[in-house]
Amino acid sequence: MGFMKKLINDPADVVSEALRGMEAAHPDHIRVDHENRIVYRKDAPKAGKVGLISGGGSGHEPMHGGFVGLGMLDAACAGEVFTSPVPDQMMAATKEVDAGAGVLHIVKNYTGDVMNFEMAAELAAAEAGTEVLSVVTDDDVAVQDSLYTAGRRGVGVTVLLEKLVGAAAEEGRPLQEIADLAKRINDNGRSMGMALTSCTVPAAGKPTFELAENEMEVGIGIHGEPGRQRLPLAPAKDIAALLVDPVVGDLPYQQGDTVIAFMNGMGGTPLIELYLMYNEVRQLLDRAGITVARSLVGNYITSLEMAGCSVTLLKVDDELVRLWDAPVNTPGLRWRA
Amino acid sequence: MGEQKTVEDFANWLRDLAVTLHENAAYLTELDSAIGDADHGTNMDRGFTAIVAVLDETTFESVDELLKKAGMTLVSKVGGASGPLYGTFFLRFGTALAGAEITPASVGAALKAGIGGILTRGKPELGDKTMYDAWAPALEAYDGAVAGGSDLGGALAAAAEAAAKGRDATIPLVARKGRASYLGERSAGHQDPGATSTTLLLESAARTLA
Repeated sequence: MGFMKKLINDPADVVSEALRGMEAAHPDHIRVDHENRIVYRKDAPKAGKVGLISGGGSGHEPMHGGFVGLGMLDAACAGEVFTSPVPDQMMAATKEVDAGAGVLHIVKNYTGDVMNFEMAAELAAAEAGTEVLSVVTDDDVAVQDSLYTAGRRGVGVTVLLEKLVGAAAEEGRPLQEIADLAKRINDNGRSMGMALTSCTVPAAGKPTFELAENEMEVGIGIHGEPGRQRLPLAPAKDIAALLVDPVVGDLPYQQGDTVIAFMNGMGGTPLIELYLMYNEVRQLLDRAGITVARSLVGNYITSLEMAGCSVTLLKVDDELVRLWDAPVNTPGLRWRA
Repeated sequence: MGEQKTVEDFANWLRDLAVTLHENAAYLTELDSAIGDADHGTNMDRGFTAIVAVLDETTFESVDELLKKAGMTLVSKVGGASGPLYGTFFLRFGTALAGAEITPASVGAALKAGIGGILTRGKPELGDKTMYDAWAPALEAYDGAVAGGSDLGGALAAAAEAAAKGRDATIPLVARKGRASYLGERSAGHQDPGATSTTLLLESAARTLA
């Protein structure tokens, strides 16, 4: 058994202590309900605005708590590391951010997340009051969407969706319109990821899987779960093609399409390598005649200290580009108009 | 047919199960590491530790109140897929026993209701490599034993034995539900963690409700 080398006190306290640090670091953006482990936008609820809630297991920082604030989420429910939060949290968050315009739940397609958010929606309906709609993201092309799997995982497109839908909600659009927009964004986004190393869940104490020095996992998700294929390590340009080709071929993205291109780090890969990879991805897209309207490069939806990356493409029109450019001010993503 | 089981007997089952899950937490997490996300043992341990805390501070008047509270506690404390699945099991199991005499037949009907909750929540089919691969044969064996005149302990023992066989039969299967399904063919050759915890649950019931 390997030795776990982490900046922690007790594995059981990782999530709660990180939330305390987050609140202390970003008092202008957020407040935290420590009992329920919910990160709230400082000024939530915003009168007349649809409330946006997401959540999921911890270990993917800055997602989701880091995306709470102006122009993105109103609340994020934090589960244990890689474990979905519970319905009580989603119920509490839903009540808190409802400003009369209803609430959208943004759920990544994982068995646990979907079940817990469904239970929360059922309980909310039973207690009556808040109108809740939900969108489930499922953009990972590494998983075949068939009767034989739990369906595609929600990965990189979740980050882009939270930004875009956040901007639309800020404009005061109604709940149904926001939910339709969220669905359209999910339908036009695709992702694929790979890992150079595994990661260690603090409570487990050892890496989730073992990779030899000359191996990589292709088709990974964001929970340290093994991927579809184990392959010999290859140069960056070959890895870029392994990720971009299945993404482009799946929607498919065609010559003349305009996209937002997202090169995401899994947590343990330095920015210099992400930029290097983005250069490769950009050349492949140029060659395919796909125009990149906007890009995002960095560690945004991570898997603890896993080294590796994922590529997300989102087909966009002028409206989505305008929503992307709208101001955002959260711990993890900020820009002015 | 032995004396009627009381709320204390069922509370002892939950306490025994909490100890069992704590002892097996690392094992369950290790199984989950191979084909999932390395949290099943930790999550079950956390949920049942919370149940024991509730048992320590609450007196329950009836078996159904006790089991429903256990279910709500799992839903509130566990998260992941196992929280809603086991939580729903105990909620429905308890609800089905409301006002009922505790007999092999009533517990069998309650088991069926609980497993029905798992079906509603997770929509598993036999052979998907999930906990249902242990629950389904367990229920069949339980009903068979009751039809053959078994008492509660005997029927639960038959259920636990069938669950263990179902658990072992998950090893060669390719997962079609849950996170293990992302692995495709690579999920074959690994024992399903959910079927394993289900077997522990039934073995504990057979020990404590005999």
